[in-house]
Amino acid sequence: MDSLLGELQQVFRDVLDKKDLVIKPESSALNVEDWDSLNHVVLISAIEKKYHVKFGLAQLQDLKNVGDLLVLLESKLAAKV
Amino acid sequence: MKLEAYELGDLLQKRKQIKRSLSEQANLSEIRLAILAGSTANELVDLLELHLLASGFRPTFYVGEYDKYYEESVIDPDALMAFRPDFTYIYTSYVNLKHLPAVQCDEEALRENVTAELSRFRQMWKSLRENVGCQVIQNTFELPPYALLGNLDAVLPGGHSRFVQELNLALAREAGSNPALLLQDLMRLSSEIGLAHWFDRERWFSYKLISSPEGSLMIARSLSAQINAARGCSRKVLVLDLDNTLWGGVIGDDGPDKIIIGRETPLAEAYTAFQEYCLALKNRGVILAVCSKNNEETVKQGFSHPDSVLKLTDISSFRVNWDPKHENLKQIAKELNVGIDSLVFVDDNPAERAIVAAQLPAVAVPEVGSEPAHYASILHGGRYFEAASLTAEDLERAQLYARNTQRTVQQEKFADYGEYLDSLEMTAEIDVFKPVYVERIAQLTNKTNQFNLTTRRYTVAEIEAIARNPQFIGIYGKLSDRFGDNGLVSVLIGRKDGIDLYIELWLMSCRVLKREMESAMLDAIVERARNRGARRMVGRFIPTAKNGMVADHYSKLDFQRIYEGEAEQTLWARDLSDYQPRNKHIHTLESIHG
Repeated sequence: MDSLLGELQQVFRDVLDKKDLVIKPESSALNVEDWDSLNHVVLISAIEKKYHVKFGLAQLQDLKNVGDLLVLLESKLAAKV
Repeated sequence: MKLEAYELGDLLQKRKQIKRSLSEQANLSEIRLAILAGSTANELVDLLELHLLASGFRPTFYVGEYDKYYEESVIDPDALMAFRPDFTYIYTSYVNLKHLPAVQCDEEALRENVTAELSRFRQMWKSLRENVGCQVIQNTFELPPYALLGNLDAVLPGGHSRFVQELNLALAREAGSNPALLLQDLMRLSSEIGLAHWFDRERWFSYKLISSPEGSLMIARSLSAQINAARGCSRKVLVLDLDNTLWGGVIGDDGPDKIIIGRETPLAEAYTAFQEYCLALKNRGVILAVCSKNNEETVKQGFSHPDSVLKLTDISSFRVNWDPKHENLKQIAKELNVGIDSLVFVDDNPAERAIVAAQLPAVAVPEVGSEPAHYASILHGGRYFEAASLTAEDLERAQLYARNTQRTVQQEKFADYGEYLDSLEMTAEIDVFKPVYVERIAQLTNKTNQFNLTTRRYTVAEIEAIARNPQFIGIYGKLSDRFGDNGLVSVLIGRKDGIDLYIELWLMSCRVLKREMESAMLDAIVERARNRGARRMVGRFIPTAKNGMVADHYSKLDFQRIYEGEAEQTLWARDLSDYQPRNKHIHTLESIHG
């Protein structure tokens, strides 16, 4: 598995408190149990802190699934180097 | 488990797991907390829950609806009343202010706007106090994210920075005169990390979260410290190492005249500044102790160094020897008659910190590092000595402890204990609850753990209600002696039921142990109970981890055990027909009101 996706999976497992959760690029709030609006805030905040990045308003608004999040995070990390 | 060890990102990510393991701790005390918020409160509640769990509470939360803080406290407080919170935190911020002045307004209009804003909050406090009966925590306001008028924003009556500062001052005055209102200085919290780090506009527009995660963490830490303080769980004693902590260098090797202290070098200035900080803590009621691996005589010369800010007389307990520090810390707690969980230990040596933290997990061991310039700010960041109020007695405490040491020394000269007690020339004032003492009485019920038969906690509002209710007899006792005034040290609350008087609370400060003050209190309550027609007194003992010292309290006072219930609770009764006054060594002032 792609290592960044693997790391994100651990964040999702911890935040949603599901130790066997498997996420894929197509996973979204629609098909992952407990990924509600409250947990969404925690997920985004935890990821921003963990990777020392900050997502923009439009970027946050456009996130449809884990794949989008992965692409966004990769671009933020690439911009930092 | 130390929450400080987690990065903020990990705290957010692993919250549920951390919460689970903290929840498994034994002896967590229940606490009910309502959060009424003008913005999204979930993150704050999550972080606050972890901090309260880590400091020994099991919180139950009521989280109000988004931006309905006014309605839920004033217009329709039914849900809050049903929840019965111990504390309600009104979590508001700059965006919730309703009376920000217009830019062209004058001084008069500014005053009117501040009054209007304040009166909205007053209505909430009043309703919460009268309808819900809880302690209220209100925050001050952070400066606005933008200073529209630049520097003039702090000057002109229409400046919003000026308005916020005027409002904060008005809030401070309110809190100063209202013991049921605790003020949380959010203005200061936001300043500590800076407004640029406090506000997070994306989170506001996206989720209506007013602050950054760092801001939420600051609020959670400060609230947790404030609640601990209101419950009497703040730390009381600062235990200091010496070499490279209070002064630079190793006094045993370098010699007392070579230690680094004074104003000569930057390093010497930093140690001097830290000593000044410790002295300031002492002057506000924190007890200072020394724990150092050294030779006692050499070390005493260090305190006589002309540049030493701290003198030997500032130190209430002095343990300088070669024994392990955790053993010495236990001795210090014993000598000062405080719990081991009252201690904060400061040592530049990471090995000493680690062994103390491992051997005595109840002792706070801040990671102060070895840079003396940072010791004070790291100590401050731990918020160990937070207080709900500063009574005159807090300010006198250091002297009291010093006098107690004198008493112990003097005691050794008497063979007969009664003779010693007489020599103290004790005078007690024992009377029914008076308004002037209500705050101190509530404070004592929340902080007394050892000499406390039932460990019931009362708010100021509840003490006031007891004072008014003829079914109750609530008395306090003050004790002074030839060495000084010990202040208000004992509280007893009885509830009349037919011919019985049930003792719902009996507590005493440990600093007047073995002075026969309990006999004087019993005499006083019996007299009042008889006047109201009581013929029997019934007391209850509820054992806790800390009140073992009063397990045989009632049997010592000739009560008979009449019942043993769950969790080793016992009930004790005493017939009042043959009761003779027991106190022989304390002169009591005649001031019986009822």
